[in-house]
Amino acid sequence: MIETRHLNKRFGRLQALDKISVHCQSSQSIALIGPNGCGKTTLIKSVLGMVVPDSGDILFKEKSIKKDYTYRNHIGYMPQIGRYPDNMTIGQVLDMIINIRSYQGTLDEDLVREFGIEQMKNKRMRTLSGGTRQKVSACLAFIFNPDVLILDEPTAGLDPIASEILKEKIIAEKQNGKLILITSHLLSELDDMITQIIFMQEGRLVFHKNITELHAETGENRISKAIAQILKKQKA
Amino acid sequence: MIRIIKFVILDIIKNKIVLAYTLLLAIFAWSAFSLEDTSAKGVLSLLNIILLIVPLVSVLFTTIYIYNSAEFVELLTSQPIKRNKIWISLFIGLSGSMAIAFFLGAGVPLFIYTEPSLSLIMVSIGMLISLVFVSLAFLSASITRDKAKGIGMSIMLWLYFALLFDALVLFLLFQLSDYPIEKMMIGITATSPIDLARILILLHLDVSAMMGYTGAIFKKFFGSAEGMVIAFFLLTLWVAIPYYISLRIFKRKDL
Repeated sequence: MIETRHLNKRFGRLQALDKISVHCQSSQSIALIGPNGCGKTTLIKSVLGMVVPDSGDILFKEKSIKKDYTYRNHIGYMPQIGRYPDNMTIGQVLDMIINIRSYQGTLDEDLVREFGIEQMKNKRMRTLSGGTRQKVSACLAFIFNPDVLILDEPTAGLDPIASEILKEKIIAEKQNGKLILITSHLLSELDDMITQIIFMQEGRLVFHKNITELHAETGENRISKAIAQILKKQKA
Repeated sequence: MIRIIKFVILDIIKNKIVLAYTLLLAIFAWSAFSLEDTSAKGVLSLLNIILLIVPLVSVLFTTIYIYNSAEFVELLTSQPIKRNKIWISLFIGLSGSMAIAFFLGAGVPLFIYTEPSLSLIMVSIGMLISLVFVSLAFLSASITRDKAKGIGMSIMLWLYFALLFDALVLFLLFQLSDYPIEKMMIGITATSPIDLARILILLHLDVSAMMGYTGAIFKKFFGSAEGMVIAFFLLTLWVAIPYYISLRIFKRKDL
């Protein structure tokens, strides 16, 4: 469904992406993990067209995204740090995006309901806490019922209840056959959400594996432990 | 795209600064015409406002507005909208607001107090100058991410075109007065939108006698219909080229 071919991107001296080629299919839930600054967000932003790669190509449903922008109709994106116009209210931001996207289907307002966004509709974005911003970002990502969900650190900053609501939503969408891409540093919470892992380091792809494969190789059945073992092996 | 333009314009109206600017222009214009005894004098004092205040407000407001909408632009780029369209909508929203502000503020009294051909020229030049400086603001805001640098660059551009350029031209004129540089002066004028505007209006006002020998050459060149068309065309280029460069930069920009 999403394929990247030899993506390269440099930021000055930093090689953010180094010949990244991955292939992500629908009804997979993929965790993008790796140390800080390894290029996870850059990869995600390239797929969204927010970062323009220096070379390489990205295919969405077998079509290059270079000349096309409509593919973004099928993507819901939740940024790591949601930045919104300060003087707009939550309600205005939601209305504006719904309006601009001219979406025809029915809106998926599960998260709006469960996070209680309706009651906060008149709050200005500037006054919101980090967690509430995250909730707004999550609502925007899920509301158009997209085929692909790209979530950059979705639960960072959310309180335990909200984070549980979001996790359940992610699992439900995964069962609906959507492709889900998650980056997270909280490996422990990924266990019941994902089916594959992409591990990156210094802009390079270290491996892209199924969870079952990983468990078999390492003999560990928790992701955090399996990754720790692989890292130890690498050093040795 | 129309939705984004509508959103930008509503946001600018809510911001109220452009409304205040319209009001200020109106006060200037009405008082210029009612205080001076002849409308020609009124036009001259209004001309100074057009050539100083209009560029300053257009370039500064636009630059700051673009930087302040960084979040808005970022939000839109992750949505299924072509990047071009975001930038074009911002431009149409901003330049439209500035041009309409000028039209309502200074245009209305101009049409009332001066003869139609002159007011038409003044209004279209004022609106074009607004667009030129909106376009220059787009250029400086797209070149750097640093807000202070971008705004600083806009102020420098204004200082250069509104104040420094004139001094440089005068300096050149005095230094090279022994040489036949009149033709060259016309070329140099084309490199400053404010000078182009000034000359276009002064020539139409029949005060070109004050401009001496070069004035006569300008009259010969700009005064004819052909010269006018060329000057307007050059001003349009001053809108199109900086904006086009900024669009090229924006299309490749990482957000």
